[in-house]
Amino acid sequence: MEIAARGLWTLIHGMGFGALYLLACSGALAELYRFTTSSQLYESTPGQERFLKIYLLTMVILAWAAVLTGAYVIYPWYRAAPPPGTVGLSMFPQRLLMSSPATIGWHSLGMEWKEHVAWLAPISITMVAFVFIKYGRDIKNHRQLRAAVLTFAMVSFVAAGIAGFCGAMINKYAPVQGGAMIQLNHGEEK
Amino acid sequence: MNVANSTASPLTNGSGAAAILAAGVGSFTLAVLACAGDKLATVKNSLVFYKPTGPLSGVTTAAILVWLLTWGILEWRWRKRTVAAGRISAIALVLLGLGLLLTFPPVVDLF
Repeated sequence: MEIAARGLWTLIHGMGFGALYLLACSGALAELYRFTTSSQLYESTPGQERFLKIYLLTMVILAWAAVLTGAYVIYPWYRAAPPPGTVGLSMFPQRLLMSSPATIGWHSLGMEWKEHVAWLAPISITMVAFVFIKYGRDIKNHRQLRAAVLTFAMVSFVAAGIAGFCGAMINKYAPVQGGAMIQLNHGEEK
Repeated sequence: MNVANSTASPLTNGSGAAAILAAGVGSFTLAVLACAGDKLATVKNSLVFYKPTGPLSGVTTAAILVWLLTWGILEWRWRKRTVAAGRISAIALVLLGLGLLLTFPPVVDLF
């Protein structure tokens, strides 16, 4: 059982940072809504508030890790140009997608959208975390700030969802391949 | 922005409004730079900060710098003030919406 180094990086980027961020988004949205509405029924404790602050900070780290590994580790492998005369394009995902009318849309629409929209997620969630850390429960008293924070958190979720979906589909049709093989397990014949 | 009436909160809303508007400005800047890089070869070439990543490196680095610079300036100006948060939030959300729209390739192709 083995995995190529580039495949492992793609896993770390997509499953490790991206998918974990998406999973965290639903929890953050629910908690932010609960904390920022003025209902007395769900009065939060300082411990819960501290937990949400740490939770949001973790999301900020995940979001930045996802876009930075995507742009500076995986994207260069994705967009690498093949040397003249190259026949097999499996090591050049962008050119592989562009070589067929059936898959070109995954580059011209999927990757072109993903590579930019994904950055709205870390920008938005950084702001959300800053405002929540700064105001805490007091944000209930700032109705306009509260509405904007919730909307930005929602857009962050949508942006990450678009990037995640496009990334998964691109990796399905033209996976990033190559690099050193990493042995995960020595299989035994049964 | 006009100074609005203060709320019942002990904290002014200026710091939060600064962060929100800066995030809107950053998102919009990113989308505009991506759009400009797609349409103009000179802009595209000038945005290649790191060759393996291509123009994406310049688009994102420049947008992040604009976002953080805007945030810093607004935080410095508004942190102790109560500002018109409703109007500022509305502007930030419009910028965010435009940013979201301008990252969608079929919309970029309209220009």
